[in-house]
Amino acid sequence: MQRDKVTIDGNEAAAYVAHKINEVIAIYPITPSSPMGEWSDEWSAHGQKNIWGTIPSVIEMQSEGGASGAVHGALQSGALTTTFTASQGLLLMIPNMFKISGELTSTVFHVSARTVATHALSIFGDHSDVMATRSTGFGLLASGSLQEIMDFALISQAASLEARVPFIHFFDGFRSSHEVQKIEQLTKDDMRAMIDDDLVIAHRQRALSPDRPVIRGTAQNPDVFFQARETINPYYEGCPDIVQKQMDKFAKRIGRHYHLFDYFGDPKAERVIIMMGSGAEAAQETAEFLAGQGEKVGILKVRLYRPFSVKAFISSLPKSVKVLAVLDRTKEPGSAGEPLYKDVATALNETAIEGELPFAKMPRVIGGRYGLSSKEFTPAMVNGVFDEMKKDKPKNHFTVGIEDDVTKTSIQYDPSFSTEGKDVFRGMFYGLGADGTVGANKNSIKIIGEGTDFFAQGYFVYDSKKAGAITTSHLRFGKKPILSTYLITEANFIACHQYVFLEKYDMLRSAVPGATFLLNAPYGKDEIWDKIPRKVQQDIIDKKLKFYVINAYDVAKQTGMGSRINTIMQVCFFAISGVLPREDAIGAIKDSIKKTYGAKGEEIVKRNFAAVDKTLEHLHEVKVPAKATSKIELPPVVPDTAPDFVKKVTATIIAGHGDDLPVSAFAKDGTFPSGTTKWEKRNIALEIPVWDENICIQCNKCIMVCPHSVIRAKVYDQKYLDKAPKTFKSTAARGKEWPENSKYTLQVAPEDCTGCYLCVEVCPVKNKEKVGLKAINMQPQMPLRNTERENWNYFLEIPEVDRTQLKVDTVKGSQFLEPLFEFSGACAGCGETPYVKLASQLFGDRMIVANATGCSSIYGGNLPTTPWTFNKDGKGPAWSNSLFEDNAEFGLGFRLTIDKHAEQAKELLEKLKSKIGEKQAREIIQAEQTDETGILEQRKRVGNLKKVLAKINDKEAKLLLSLADYLVCKSVWIIGGDGWAYDIGFGGLDHVLASGRNVNVLVLDTEVYSNTGGQMSKATPLGGVAKFAAAGKPTPKKDLAMQAISYGSVYVARVAMGANDVQTVKAFMEAESYAGPSLIIAYSHCIAHGINMKFGLTQQKLAVESGYWPLIRFNPAAAGNGENPFRLDSKAPSIPLQDYIYNETRFKMLTKSMPERAKMLLVMAQNEVTERWRLYEQMARMYDKSESST
Amino acid sequence: MDLTTSYMGLKLKNPIVLSASPISADVDQVKQAEDFGAAGVVMYSLFEEQINHEINEIDHFLSQGSESFAEALSYFPEPEQFKNLHAEEYLELIKKLKETVEIPIIGSLNGVSPGGWMDYAKKIEAAGADALELNIYYIATDMSMNSEKVEQLYIDNLKSVKKAVNIPVAIKLGPYFSAFANMAGKLDKEGADGLVLFNRFYQPDIDLNALEVVPDLHLSSSHEMRLPLRWIAVLYGRIKASLAATTGIQSAEDIIKMVMVGADVTMLASILLKEGVNKIDQLVNGLQRWMSDNEYESIKQMKGSMSYKAVADPAAFERANYIKTLQSFG
Repeated sequence: MQRDKVTIDGNEAAAYVAHKINEVIAIYPITPSSPMGEWSDEWSAHGQKNIWGTIPSVIEMQSEGGASGAVHGALQSGALTTTFTASQGLLLMIPNMFKISGELTSTVFHVSARTVATHALSIFGDHSDVMATRSTGFGLLASGSLQEIMDFALISQAASLEARVPFIHFFDGFRSSHEVQKIEQLTKDDMRAMIDDDLVIAHRQRALSPDRPVIRGTAQNPDVFFQARETINPYYEGCPDIVQKQMDKFAKRIGRHYHLFDYFGDPKAERVIIMMGSGAEAAQETAEFLAGQGEKVGILKVRLYRPFSVKAFISSLPKSVKVLAVLDRTKEPGSAGEPLYKDVATALNETAIEGELPFAKMPRVIGGRYGLSSKEFTPAMVNGVFDEMKKDKPKNHFTVGIEDDVTKTSIQYDPSFSTEGKDVFRGMFYGLGADGTVGANKNSIKIIGEGTDFFAQGYFVYDSKKAGAITTSHLRFGKKPILSTYLITEANFIACHQYVFLEKYDMLRSAVPGATFLLNAPYGKDEIWDKIPRKVQQDIIDKKLKFYVINAYDVAKQTGMGSRINTIMQVCFFAISGVLPREDAIGAIKDSIKKTYGAKGEEIVKRNFAAVDKTLEHLHEVKVPAKATSKIELPPVVPDTAPDFVKKVTATIIAGHGDDLPVSAFAKDGTFPSGTTKWEKRNIALEIPVWDENICIQCNKCIMVCPHSVIRAKVYDQKYLDKAPKTFKSTAARGKEWPENSKYTLQVAPEDCTGCYLCVEVCPVKNKEKVGLKAINMQPQMPLRNTERENWNYFLEIPEVDRTQLKVDTVKGSQFLEPLFEFSGACAGCGETPYVKLASQLFGDRMIVANATGCSSIYGGNLPTTPWTFNKDGKGPAWSNSLFEDNAEFGLGFRLTIDKHAEQAKELLEKLKSKIGEKQAREIIQAEQTDETGILEQRKRVGNLKKVLAKINDKEAKLLLSLADYLVCKSVWIIGGDGWAYDIGFGGLDHVLASGRNVNVLVLDTEVYSNTGGQMSKATPLGGVAKFAAAGKPTPKKDLAMQAISYGSVYVARVAMGANDVQTVKAFMEAESYAGPSLIIAYSHCIAHGINMKFGLTQQKLAVESGYWPLIRFNPAAAGNGENPFRLDSKAPSIPLQDYIYNETRFKMLTKSMPERAKMLLVMAQNEVTERWRLYEQMARMYDKSESST
Repeated sequence: MDLTTSYMGLKLKNPIVLSASPISADVDQVKQAEDFGAAGVVMYSLFEEQINHEINEIDHFLSQGSESFAEALSYFPEPEQFKNLHAEEYLELIKKLKETVEIPIIGSLNGVSPGGWMDYAKKIEAAGADALELNIYYIATDMSMNSEKVEQLYIDNLKSVKKAVNIPVAIKLGPYFSAFANMAGKLDKEGADGLVLFNRFYQPDIDLNALEVVPDLHLSSSHEMRLPLRWIAVLYGRIKASLAATTGIQSAEDIIKMVMVGADVTMLASILLKEGVNKIDQLVNGLQRWMSDNEYESIKQMKGSMSYKAVADPAAFERANYIKTLQSFG
């Protein structure tokens, strides 16, 4: 039977089957499993049916806990139900998983296995999540390759229906979930053949129904629970055979024959590795390679890990085996060994005790860890393990792939060992996210995979920063199936899609001799040689590379492609790689352009065609001279002035060599120094703002809105100009508050700017001679880089403005405060970070931050460099991320400690006052700390106290010394996005707001799950399109502000900096000074809105003017003063809603995809806005005592 | 009394046609207009530039930020198909109008690039439009574009659309040509079935508070009809193409004047937007009344009776007219 060959990734392979053999799908987005849910939602939205001819119902829930509850309910009521998840998400499902298995319910959860957060979060893959579910009673079936993912998705469902044991079908996050391969697609008929309708009917008949009522889920007592729990045993005993039976049935129909354990390598192997997941592919590749060279080695792949069949396991091993190495992709600290190792050891031991071992001698078993958080697992490492097994006393409980110089667990291996054959094409492509490189490469894989007999593989490495993100694509093509589940390090084709990368990355490190190097550069073939760094020249000469150059920017410009050079570079790749005949390749590219853009119109297709046709005439081979002559040297990664840790560790990570760092390089508890982004000069802006000191009115608005804190202002004595660099700009400081002769400078950090334009957009000044110019204007960065770098460095040396002299509750005043959040990796033009930065300016020196997982935790805490920093006194925000769901509670914990410690400190102060001095103690205890001066004074007092305490030799004095800092007020901030506040963390947030404790909650409301790629949240507006709301959300956004207001005891503000920055600053000040819980909901424009980010602030303004986003402040403290606590800070709607929303793709796209529905939703949304405004007006009046009395 | 007229071969019950305006976007209003006596309707303009902009915009923003960050490889669900990215709604409306009313429907296209027109012209024809109006407006800001090249642009557009469709094609023009009569003659020669005189355009204004250039368009007023009045008078009887008068026509008297100088039809928008489509009823009655009072039997009889060729003193449409105006102020 002919089946289609498709080129897809692992997530799509799993979802493809799951969507066809289920009726209900309840999910919650989490990386890297989100695309499985998204595919399912998209297919259902497009009307795709399952094998029974009905469209599966897909629902996004508020958390994985919620998703698993819904799954449990749907299963109990008889629907074939699935979910997709990973990591913490899977852990949140555990309680329901116990229930589901305890009730012998057939289901399969598809899991793209991901690291569970410990000392740090990681989105990458290992088995720590799956291993945490071992006791739930779920079967665990592991896929190693993409074909297996599709096959096992079906086999597991068939087995679960028959065995009544629920399954987790898992595969490695990213390495398998995001790898693209050509595989054979199962047909609906295959699925029909594998899924027995009688079993489906049986599943339905077991369901709860009032037509045949039973009760399930009773509460049981010590007398019977145990016995009842043991009733399930026969199902688990029978399960492995059923799985094998289904595998055999599958083989009979489809041809691929899997077993519970599959062995590869020498049939008479003495050394055998046992493992599961994608790493087993690399191990198979290596074992077969070595066996081919006569080594007696092999690899046993574990497919069905739970229920573990001892019998099948023992019989799968070659009888010749002498040493077994069990590799676990997880870590179980404190255990006698990792889980798979222990299962193997137990299996061997039990079999040996029974005298049934088929081996001459009990094999030696060693266990090792590999590949945590997608750490590379290569043939060199596999070879290292095989070498270790040769030793008389091989290391047990080892690690491979890292250098553990602390507990010496790591084994040595020869990194030069390779199994890469000559018959495989290996290409690496370096691009920017924005230039479409990854998309083009995915497309190339499709072209080659589906147009030829070649096997094809693609894997993509992304950046940890969102602005100016770099992508590296690893592509392999070959005549044999590709088992290489690791990155390419020996490339025969390297493409650099952005000229600026030449100075940043050692791309040619991976080039094999004679490889091809393709460079996109703004220079011709005759000029380029002198424009590339000497190191690159030398590599090209030494490795005898074929060197091609194209000016793709130029071709893109000529053909109207803007910055998207993807198609052009793709044509170059095909033209010079020779993977396909040139004409065929170009034909295939054009076909795929038609397919990709057909729905969007002829115009776009034509433009791409023009780019294809224009490319070849601009592609040139460069004649390589015999000598490297360039004077351009690669700059150091970080300057020499950086702290030691940054130079040794951070810089290594920045340079892309983090794999080389040993265990000892890191703190043992996940602690890192603050303020490291300043050392990573990314130079990603093509244009940067330039200040016009002659017309600037010194309003500081540009500083306030700058998402990356690259614009700063200082007022200083003119004496500082004496030593200033020549191009350093300055003007007289405006305002009576400054001493005479004070100077004002607005300075831009040229190498940290992302070029977002928000500052220019917000500038209120227009040049009188040329109104197109403002007091701040964009200019090309390159010519300014050196001088402005010097100016910036000098600017930093000028003292900060005295905080106590500033009106910090104004826009202008607050913006002289030093930001303690700078140069984050957020998107250019980010709408969230200006609020975060504002908080850091106002309260940073006494701030402790609990940050929910999401965009803000990623740009706030993703290595290599982090933006939260400290002032010259070493004070600054202390920051941590616990989880996604618990952030409010986590922050409340901070408050509880701070209050307790402050209280204890005061108690001790009372006790010790005779030793310290009555007056001093009293002053500290009674200190007024409501403004900057008060806090500064208290800091001085506490400083003195600490000096005194240090001299007192007393137990209590020592204790007080450890608590003294708590006598200075601390500001607790709980920060997160709407996914956290409205959905997964809402219960906790609600509780914390109700607690009455003094915490400040900042909700960065982008109205969608931004970090995981635009899924709907309960903050998503009516009519807005998001993933899981492809037809526009039919219900209005939750009014979180009103919910909090309903307590009457919570300070609540809704702000939008772009609409009213004064109100924003006031709200932050009031929230912080309010002695109870405060909630600020901040409108944050976002890339997920589908807008030109430079107009983000304009959209904020329109949101307020349309009445969609009323600005409010509810201050319970005002009520105590007899004032109206509810203030409506914005005016009645002055524009129709559509004037705001249709500037945004999230709304507008619906008018193009479902015009009738868009019209209907617009009417509903407008009515909603009008009604809500009316309610707010009434609220404002109701609270107004003076009005109600008249 | 015979009010019928012919415009580009279309038989019309009277010379009152709805000009391109938001009214034509509303089937109910068009139906009402027909009931009140409108003889035809020109659809609101389909803007080539806008369609292309929207396609590019959707493409850009749907892919913005995609394939850049491991956790968010895209930000939007990809619709299976776009239903209204290529003016499907507009074409749908033509079909609906054709089903609802009996008067001729004239599609309208606005754009400048010769290539982009063809598809939409064909689609409009296929949707059932009885004729097509090309609304070309090119602001010749490019100093290297001489008048010849500008004129050629109009002609090329016309020719390519004529080649693509079989329905009559009118061309709606602005008055800003050095030699308008010559230009009209060229378009006539190249096959224009009608000339619609004249287009009104957004003209920039300055917002002194914001120091910004802002587009501005006021509804037309009666005095603005003098420009088309003159040129229709000048062209009548000298070209084959039909003549449509538009801009500033507000009353039955205005219609009569336009017909007298040679207009086959008059196109109205501003007055109907201001006073509603029931105004047409008054206009038809007014037309009839005037004709009856003045003993005219038919529009045909009246048409061109005061054109350049027909009046005793054609120079009145030339320089003399200028002098008279000056005198009237005196």
